[in-house]
Amino acid sequence: MKYQEIIHKLPYTKPFLFVDELLHIDENGAEGSYTFDADSNFYKGHFKDNPVTPGVILTECCAQIGVVALGIYLLNNEEVAMGDNIQIGLSSSEMEFLAPVFPNEKVVVTSVKEYFRFHKLKCKVKMHNSEGELVCKGTISGMLKSNKNG
Amino acid sequence: MTGTEHYQKLQDIIKIYLPEDVSADNISEESHLINELNINSANLVDIVLDVEDAFDIRLENEDMDQMETVKDALQIIDKKLSEV
Repeated sequence: MKYQEIIHKLPYTKPFLFVDELLHIDENGAEGSYTFDADSNFYKGHFKDNPVTPGVILTECCAQIGVVALGIYLLNNEEVAMGDNIQIGLSSSEMEFLAPVFPNEKVVVTSVKEYFRFHKLKCKVKMHNSEGELVCKGTISGMLKSNKNG
Repeated sequence: MTGTEHYQKLQDIIKIYLPEDVSADNISEESHLINELNINSANLVDIVLDVEDAFDIRLENEDMDQMETVKDALQIIDKKLSEV
């Protein structure tokens, strides 16, 4: 499955798509990048006159690249005919944040699959900035199903 | 391992994943895991994976689909153990 096809199948769009590019995906994990758009609405309020990317958005970016994009790849390998409708739910996340991410910063997310069984995908994720510094890391799980009739 | 030991072991696993408003005293063989014990589908997967480790068995999607009550789970565990 081509990386562009996977991005196309992601069930997000602006202003809530946090994936620019997939750099690598295989059975065991995914790697992708995103550059935070300085015009994003959340910078107006987080924080007052001091824009810093919110941790929930960093988590979302990790989840979209590390869990959902990987999940689409894995579902595609597993199912004979994958429907266009993918049902997704975040089931848990535990994150640590180690460095701030400012507007226009480019980050790279890498994930390592712990398991994908009974529709639950659990991954360890890491995000690095362009200096190669670890920005955040943690564990994210989600439930993923492709709706064949959809 | 006897049936009671299986039940005890399974109970110890389920306890970990109970929501805060459900007490471990509510677990009985008749308990419906999702409807009565309020275990969500993501945690049900965790229970199944812990059961696999604890009993050294492997469960398939069909087993998961049949596992509605604690008793169902015990029956599936017994079936799998007898197949080994």
